[in-house]
Amino acid sequence: MGQAGPVADDGLVVAGDGLLVRRGGQVILDDLTFSVSRGQVTGLLGPSGCGKTTLMRVLVGVQEITAGSVTVLGRPAGHPRLRDRLGYATQSPAVYSDLTLAENLAYFGTVLGLRGQPLAEAIAHTIARLDLGGLERRLVGTFSGGQLARVGLAVALLGHPDLLILDEPTVGLDPVLRRDLWALFHKLAAAGTSLLVSSHVMDEAARCDTLLFMRQGRFLADAPPAEILEQTGAPDLESAFLTLATGPTETAGR
Amino acid sequence: MRPLLAAATARRVLLQLRHDPRTIAMMLVVPSVMMILLRYVLGNPLLLNRIGPVYIGVFPFVIMFIVAAITTQRERARGTLERLMAMPLGKLDLLAGYALAFGLMACVQVTLVLVISLTWLDVTLPGSAVPMAVIAVLDAILGMASGLFASAFARTEFQAVQFMPAFVLPQALLGGLVVPRAQMTDVLRWLSDVLPLSYAVDAMQRITASPSWTGAISADVAVILAFTVAALVGGALTLRRRTR
Repeated sequence: MGQAGPVADDGLVVAGDGLLVRRGGQVILDDLTFSVSRGQVTGLLGPSGCGKTTLMRVLVGVQEITAGSVTVLGRPAGHPRLRDRLGYATQSPAVYSDLTLAENLAYFGTVLGLRGQPLAEAIAHTIARLDLGGLERRLVGTFSGGQLARVGLAVALLGHPDLLILDEPTVGLDPVLRRDLWALFHKLAAAGTSLLVSSHVMDEAARCDTLLFMRQGRFLADAPPAEILEQTGAPDLESAFLTLATGPTETAGR
Repeated sequence: MRPLLAAATARRVLLQLRHDPRTIAMMLVVPSVMMILLRYVLGNPLLLNRIGPVYIGVFPFVIMFIVAAITTQRERARGTLERLMAMPLGKLDLLAGYALAFGLMACVQVTLVLVISLTWLDVTLPGSAVPMAVIAVLDAILGMASGLFASAFARTEFQAVQFMPAFVLPQALLGGLVVPRAQMTDVLRWLSDVLPLSYAVDAMQRITASPSWTGAISADVAVILAFTVAALVGGALTLRRRTR
């Protein structure tokens, strides 16, 4: 997994500055300044409820910002021109269970602006990529958990987005499928797509090019895995997270 | 609004229905069955002739309300609405798509109930059946638009279902179905005046009484359309791209 991918020029696909999100009087994202580099798999790691999903929703443009700013692909997050350049997969698959796989992809593809031959090609390509061949005419509601997760990803990949935002895409999946999906993520990154992938499972952290460790709405670290291990002197990333979360220096890596 | 995206959305909604034949059957058959029931409960074809046409407008209104409210609530709860709002789909594209799909269903539904009423049930109209069909379809679309709007206030499907009696029954009571509006006390009459179903009932009553289209019917239709547009605009306002 140690591939470097295309060298980031000045290439930031996401840049957040003093991002603050407050919901119902509670601070969900607490003054975050961060960036995501082009052509890399950036892992957003942290326990459930730490703000990962809210951060992703900000980037996609469906969550209001209380203060600060976020730039995505050179425009403010939520800009209408970004809507067909981002791929977003939520934790639940967010597809129509009462439509077939092909019908789901055709509808979302049309919404993304694809028509005719390019639409058919994008659907065929995405189905092959996610190994969903043979399921085109089946109702999505009859799919297994692993198949459903891949349908959610398929919709996110459909429009060849520049930035993929995947919220816990591999949680609860079988190890073989997880390995295959991570291989796909790195293949996409090598081809120039930038990925932000969240997880609350620490053994996925090592698979990322760069990590954002998150806890209670703040970042504990923002560095490649090797660097985090070096800084903390921890034997593995889980221990490193614990060191960062409980240790006195909460701002390591910044 | 982009017509192509609205059409794609309408197609998608109709495809969803196609995979759910039981729902289609209920949408299409229930109003007709209710009319047949009404005919035999009243026992008297002449009485049906006077009361029946009003229900030709009311049954589709009720059914479209509930179907639209639940479909939209499901779209919110299952995350597909958020996905669409993150994609290049306009709110109006989405609403127009829904209006188109359910409007088509309403046409089929109303045609069926009209054909059964005018043939088997011997309902006779002073004029053509077309104005009645037009108004019944408009009523159904009004029901759909109200359902879309109401769904914004339902956090669960369970609540969405209960909006139907909460929203529809008071309108039925105040709209002149049970007691003519002219006989109501002032306060009830004012309430009745601001409820959309009152105008739907009015229009149907005027059509059964008059052999031709009148200005009063046009006025009723204008009010029904205004309520429909208001409900759709209200629906669009409740579809938020960003949540707080």
